[in-house]
Amino acid sequence: MAAVTETIDTVNAVNDGGYKYGFSTDIEMEFAPKGLNEDTVRYISAQKNEPEWLLEWRLRAFAVWKTMEEPRWSSAKYPPIDYQDAYYYAAPKEKIGPKSLDEVDPELLRTYEKLGIPLREQEWLAGVQPEGRMPVAVDAVFDSVSVATSYKDRLAKEGIIFCPISEAVQEHPELVRKYLGSVVPQGDNFFAALNSAVFTDGSFVYIPKGVRCPMELSTYFRINAKSTGQFERTLIIADVGSQVSYLEGCTAPMRDENQLHAAVVELVALDDASIKYSTVQNWYPGDANGKGGIYNFVTKRAACRGKRSKVSWTQVETGSAITWKYPSCILQGEDSVGEFYSVAIANNWQQADTGTKMIHIGARTKSTIVSKGISAGQGQNTYRGLVRISPRAKGARNFTQCDSLLIGDKCGAHTVPYIENRCMTAKTEHEATTSRIAEDQLFYCRQRGLSQEEAVGMIVNGFCREVLKELPMEFAVEAQKLLQISLEGSVG
Amino acid sequence: MNAVSGAARFSHRFEGLRERLPGARLPWLTALRDGAAATFATLGFPTRRAEAWKYTDLAPIGDAGFDEPLTLLEGSVALPPAGAARAVFVDGRFRADLATLDGLAFSARSLAGALDEVEGPLGALAQPARDAMAALNTMLFEDGLLIDVQDGVDGGVLELLSVATASERPQAFHPRHLIRLGRGASLTIIETAMGTAGAAYLHNPVFEIGLEEDARLTHGRLQQESRAGFHLSTIYARVAGGAVYDNFTLNAGARLVRNEIHVALTGPKGACHMNGAQLIGDGQHADTATVLDHAAPDCASRQTYKTVLAGRARGVFQGRIHVHQAAQRTDGYQMNQALLLSEDAEMDSKPQLEIYADDVKCSHGATVGALDADQMFYLRARGIPEPAAKAMLVEAFLIEAVEQLPEGLLRERLTDAIAGWWQGQEAAA
Repeated sequence: MAAVTETIDTVNAVNDGGYKYGFSTDIEMEFAPKGLNEDTVRYISAQKNEPEWLLEWRLRAFAVWKTMEEPRWSSAKYPPIDYQDAYYYAAPKEKIGPKSLDEVDPELLRTYEKLGIPLREQEWLAGVQPEGRMPVAVDAVFDSVSVATSYKDRLAKEGIIFCPISEAVQEHPELVRKYLGSVVPQGDNFFAALNSAVFTDGSFVYIPKGVRCPMELSTYFRINAKSTGQFERTLIIADVGSQVSYLEGCTAPMRDENQLHAAVVELVALDDASIKYSTVQNWYPGDANGKGGIYNFVTKRAACRGKRSKVSWTQVETGSAITWKYPSCILQGEDSVGEFYSVAIANNWQQADTGTKMIHIGARTKSTIVSKGISAGQGQNTYRGLVRISPRAKGARNFTQCDSLLIGDKCGAHTVPYIENRCMTAKTEHEATTSRIAEDQLFYCRQRGLSQEEAVGMIVNGFCREVLKELPMEFAVEAQKLLQISLEGSVG
Repeated sequence: MNAVSGAARFSHRFEGLRERLPGARLPWLTALRDGAAATFATLGFPTRRAEAWKYTDLAPIGDAGFDEPLTLLEGSVALPPAGAARAVFVDGRFRADLATLDGLAFSARSLAGALDEVEGPLGALAQPARDAMAALNTMLFEDGLLIDVQDGVDGGVLELLSVATASERPQAFHPRHLIRLGRGASLTIIETAMGTAGAAYLHNPVFEIGLEEDARLTHGRLQQESRAGFHLSTIYARVAGGAVYDNFTLNAGARLVRNEIHVALTGPKGACHMNGAQLIGDGQHADTATVLDHAAPDCASRQTYKTVLAGRARGVFQGRIHVHQAAQRTDGYQMNQALLLSEDAEMDSKPQLEIYADDVKCSHGATVGALDADQMFYLRARGIPEPAAKAMLVEAFLIEAVEQLPEGLLRERLTDAIAGWWQGQEAAA
């Protein structure tokens, strides 16, 4: 493959195709003053009409954050971030507490329409929804404030709480207070501390004892206003014997400035509970010259507190200029299970440093890690993961597989696993491979009349199959398309 | 005393010895040592905050308060029987009276006596500016072995023996070995590091190995230091096109061992094999760190490391394969496996791939686990007592690494060393 031609093709493809979701919606916004200090934190808290304890909680986080240094250990390279040169709160000015979709600003709905978000349930049922499957409840987050939630009544009947976290603070303070920060403490890391201080919105989910959530829960994140960092906070609690599948999908409009996204996601699974958390992340990756794009520095962690609890992370990361995240599982409960399935693409100048941490504490805990990294253009893709087995985790088991695919000779693929085993009866296995698309595979496909691009798409989809099959149906289709779009023009 | 003040102790020692170290009259060498001393004063001993030292703490070295020996020990020393030509170092110094280097097809001699010939090669590969241990060695080395095998010469087998003696004060020695193999030359080195039982000392050798086109070096290493000793060794090897560097390291002794190997494949069709076994018993800490640079196309590398841990043992394996953009058609493989024989043992592995070329085939694997209960049952069911069954399974576990070596003296020595270690474990149990 000629490197130069290929790069030119890649550049052209991106210019031609552009970023499908690169538009911005003009809605009147309400901003907090630019910059970050205690007053910003107080302002956000006041805007959200928060109780005193939460304000104090935020201020504690802010105090810790001020003492922390921005981490630099990832393989990602980027210019220093000026935390004072950003807005920390932006809300659509129209103050809304929508009872139904009709009350929602039509401009907003049009934005979602362009994104293809199935907010309108009828459209959803008529179009995408396959027969016999349960519909999806959507909590759409539009720059920090959740504007509409569907299927709320239906969920309420089951006792399920699915609402913006700011609403949960008002309506279910006991739950929020008990679990907020219990998995990712305020001082956990630089970005988590920042998030704890200034988080504006996010989703809250509580599944009561023994309830199996009757539909997939879904949240769409979009970053819209210029220079607003996005600091969601998601908290999902699956009580004893409950089950939930949660989908998170992301797209963002085109911006020249780099934007920081530092979300925190906390999952708590009690005895026999199971949480499936799926992400398709397609934020603006920057242009073909590496200008712009989202910095996606996210802390995601699950606590498998209960016996036989299970958490499964599935992610398809195709967007963002820099992705830096490690969805993790703390396997405390005996026989608890953690899973991590990931596809990460780094094309053009994208940098992805992602992986997972599996902390085995309880006896007979099990974890499975399957990571597929694809590098193209000048992209750099790193799998970084930790498997730690504590002395108490008798009979624990881990299996890890990391495969990397290289397309073009300007990109990089890196694997950095850490395996720490302190338990004799535990067993860990790790394997990693790096290769490129084999000529004979391409030849085979071309010989059957597929174009080069179709052939690559097919081979890449095959390479990622083990991960894609973990996604809920609706996402799997979208993810396959995304993979293809993300790699367009990368093979010359 | 912590590692930092431990480092200061070495710096002071250097100040005191500066004028008396070998080659003190050579300006280039003095400049090299002074530069290394400045680096070491800045860096100190690496701490666990440094990524490459995440799992190994050198603080005990600072606590021990080592000194470089001032005088040459001349008395008799108990040596194992020789199997080939042999160079002997006692407490880091070359002992001509114990060496059998006459009639060799190549040149092997004391570095201290030939310092005026090594300006350029000395320090060409080691990186004292970046690496604190190389800096420590560069500022304080007193001797070492200088090997030069001319083009096309088959040097046969050479034993390199390092013996540490017990002394009143804990001693530190930092030998520097320079090895060059010309085009098409070949050599087998069997390096043994040992010490008087119970002796506390620091053995900090640095190797600089240059292999020219199509040369072949087999470098077998048996580390059987005293159980109170510290062994920190660093190897830098540069492998030209078509050349092969074959390293096998057995870590069986020492209280704390760090075995660091940097290999750069700089010409097409070069190859590197790094294999090893770590046998770690109660109270021991062994860390193997390999860094492999694939800098040229069509090279191959193979690594197989096996670790057996008993008692309160801590094992570490870190292996990095870096494939540069130019290194198309690289074939890299690395496997590290550990067997935990005790509830108190800990194994940390960090295999690492860093790849910047697309037409490559690279893979690594890592496993950690206990003896297989089914296999154990199978043997016991056939009337084999538990200790024998265990020994059999451990041997089977290690054989995959040992088999990488050709039959011969090296393999015999290695098999004996493994058997000896296992007997020691059983006796202790």
